[in-house]
Amino acid sequence: MRLLTTAITLFGVAVIVFFVIRVVPGNPIAMMLPPGATEADVARLTALYGLDKSIPAQFLIWLGGVLQGDFGTSITARQPVLALVLGRLPATLELSVMALLMAIVLGGMAALLGTLRRGGRTEAAIDIGNGMALSVPDFLWGLVLILGLGVFWPVFHISGRITPSLDLPFVTNFYLFESLVRLRFDLLVDIVGHMILPALALAIPLAAIIGQLLKQSLKETMHLDYVTLSRTKGYSETHVILREALPNAILPTLTLVGVQFTFLIGGTVIIERLFSYEGLGNMAIDAVINRDLPLIQGIVILFAVIFTGVNLLVDLTYAALNPRLRHG
Amino acid sequence: MKLNRRTMLQLSAATAALGASAFAAKAQAIEELVIAYNVPLPSWDPTVGPSAVNPTIQGLYQSVFDQYILQQPDLSPAPGLLTEWGWNEDRTQVWMTVREGVTWHDGSPFTAEDVAWSLARVANPETGSPIQFVWGTLANHRVEGNKVIADVAQFDPTIFKWMYFLTGYVLPKAYYEKVGAEGFEAAPIGTGPYMVDKFERNAFVRLKANANYWGGKPDFDTVTIKFVTDSAARVAEVESGNSHVTLEMPYEEYDRLKGGALSGVAAPISDIGMIFLNDIEVMTDPNVRKAAAHAIDKQTIIDRLLSGYGVKIDTLETPEYDAFDASISVEYSPEKAMEYLKASGYGPDNPVKFKIQTTKGFKPKDYEMIQAIVGLWRKVGIEAEIEVYEIAKHYELRAADQLAPAAFYNWGNSVGDPTTSTGFAMFGPSPHSVWDGEDLIGMIGPLWGEADEAKRIEGWKGVDRYIAENALVIPLLQYVQPILHAPGVVVTPHASGALLPHLMKRA
Repeated sequence: MRLLTTAITLFGVAVIVFFVIRVVPGNPIAMMLPPGATEADVARLTALYGLDKSIPAQFLIWLGGVLQGDFGTSITARQPVLALVLGRLPATLELSVMALLMAIVLGGMAALLGTLRRGGRTEAAIDIGNGMALSVPDFLWGLVLILGLGVFWPVFHISGRITPSLDLPFVTNFYLFESLVRLRFDLLVDIVGHMILPALALAIPLAAIIGQLLKQSLKETMHLDYVTLSRTKGYSETHVILREALPNAILPTLTLVGVQFTFLIGGTVIIERLFSYEGLGNMAIDAVINRDLPLIQGIVILFAVIFTGVNLLVDLTYAALNPRLRHG
Repeated sequence: MKLNRRTMLQLSAATAALGASAFAAKAQAIEELVIAYNVPLPSWDPTVGPSAVNPTIQGLYQSVFDQYILQQPDLSPAPGLLTEWGWNEDRTQVWMTVREGVTWHDGSPFTAEDVAWSLARVANPETGSPIQFVWGTLANHRVEGNKVIADVAQFDPTIFKWMYFLTGYVLPKAYYEKVGAEGFEAAPIGTGPYMVDKFERNAFVRLKANANYWGGKPDFDTVTIKFVTDSAARVAEVESGNSHVTLEMPYEEYDRLKGGALSGVAAPISDIGMIFLNDIEVMTDPNVRKAAAHAIDKQTIIDRLLSGYGVKIDTLETPEYDAFDASISVEYSPEKAMEYLKASGYGPDNPVKFKIQTTKGFKPKDYEMIQAIVGLWRKVGIEAEIEVYEIAKHYELRAADQLAPAAFYNWGNSVGDPTTSTGFAMFGPSPHSVWDGEDLIGMIGPLWGEADEAKRIEGWKGVDRYIAENALVIPLLQYVQPILHAPGVVVTPHASGALLPHLMKRA
């Protein structure tokens, strides 16, 4: 049933995207025609790119191709769409996962520290920090990080994914993963140096959300009887929080992390642009600017697949961690 | 882990070491030139597809490929892969002499066959060249020794100018036929000053100097061009020392940085800002058009909004263009504007109303300029409503002749010929013109095929004067391109706006 609803969702996304991008103003032929072109030139190029047919006819042709694994050819890059988007996917996934891990670590630490020192100045400071992190959007964090750690104190790289002059022996586009597997720590340091700022910009708002929710959840759990019982047994406060309260308190946070992860991937569009990071988001903006219709469709479908996949994964993980859900 | 002062210091040291390793080369002399470029390169074929007609990408193409004819920084032509060219006496044929001793990046010899094949390829409608309508005016391309001859199917006096304009590149016949379009995209070769060493789509291209370049080996052996589309990020790139050269940043940023640790060069380029007037609604009234033209204080707009970086223009020709005529001017005169409006029954108390469309952020201060113009218009009795649209919508509306009565646009014409400025912008039958007046069509029509060059240019000057006197379009300014660079590099700007690494030298 879940797979069926996923398939219907993806088909719906495909239909909406296909029709919407064809009815909004701006078509790729008008954009590529230089001054002096005649109506005949317009017609010739329109036919060349298959845009002379009706929109439903174009959709059926496209859908027929997709079912055979052919997402069409990019108008600007003149390359198969599937190869282009799959080539970029690893970059965005690595950035998103790194951002998620940073958010979990930062948010988790803030929540644990805030719970451990609850009621004091530390918790107040954490709450203020969380408020600040939440009130500033990720792209603004990006600019702040570029200025702070890229210009005034140039510690990290501020553009790209890797230093061009390095020898790149990669077989896949998972640079971070592959450099780790190949034990190429020179590349690993360079890649991490490029990823830290965009990942941090993405992570800061999510870390604040995680921190707030987990702290609240922990504080509620700390009042439950079984936690009080643990205390009376003489366990330390750290043990009580980590071993007793956290496993129960983490469930709502886990659901939130799953949902927020999809938003985080959406946030890569702006952040990748800002940091000239060669991921799907950066490619998406160029595709929209150039009205590269096949490429826009391919990217949106891939994003939809990721979103539905992540949601499915979260549901499965939640069910695994919460036995009550397994039995309906 | 217990977090104390010592641990914090250790973490800071580790972070600093990571940064130091990343930026070890920054403080040294420039070995590898790094340029933060404002647009990515979507495709390596400079003759087909949308990127072939994108003016901002031409600098990248010209680093790897040669055009048929070389264009110098002042836009004038010079011998390139073609050393001589011309028509026969009755203009039924063109001839081109091909440079000898040139090699492709793979070491194979460049020949006249490459030129003939390149011309025939883009003339073929099936190739998909957006400029096929120009290249198709030549037919039956053939090689005679080191000369290429082609028949003139339709006489176009600007055909040789297109040979240093959009899509006017020579590609390697044998190599292209061997590797095909996909193979060429993966490993492009040209005869240009640089060879492609490494290309990461949307990220960077790394170029190696072509030691055998017929124009002399470039000064920098290796050039990395990073695609940094956000202007704030580009400024940060040069400010932090990650890149040595960048272009197209806000003029305020340019002024802030050029006198400090960075140097700057700002020169006029062939792009202009203009307002299309569509002959619909109130724009059919010449008094309204003339009032709109006279009410704009272009110089003040340039000074206040663009920090003085711009050149006021009154025709669609900039001073570098062939048909520029300094004697044609449209003065700023609110009094005249009010007189014209009064003659048609309008005034500040009874304003004439129309819509003006503009982009926002596509060109420097585009929206702000239109806001200022609307403010100036309001004072004389013109009430214009601003509609912001994307540039893609502008193209579509213009092609369909559905622009608003007034629409801001920027026009590029790096070849400097009047046909590719006034001609295509104002000739009614062109899908890129929204002015359909028969009188203007009648004036421009004969100039397309005028063989006498002096007479042709004079003809275009007459057209420009007629357009200015009747306010059929409102030219505003010629843009100035700001370039910031490290002191260790000398940058020669090109009036086409192309940022060319081979014109950069060590200081």
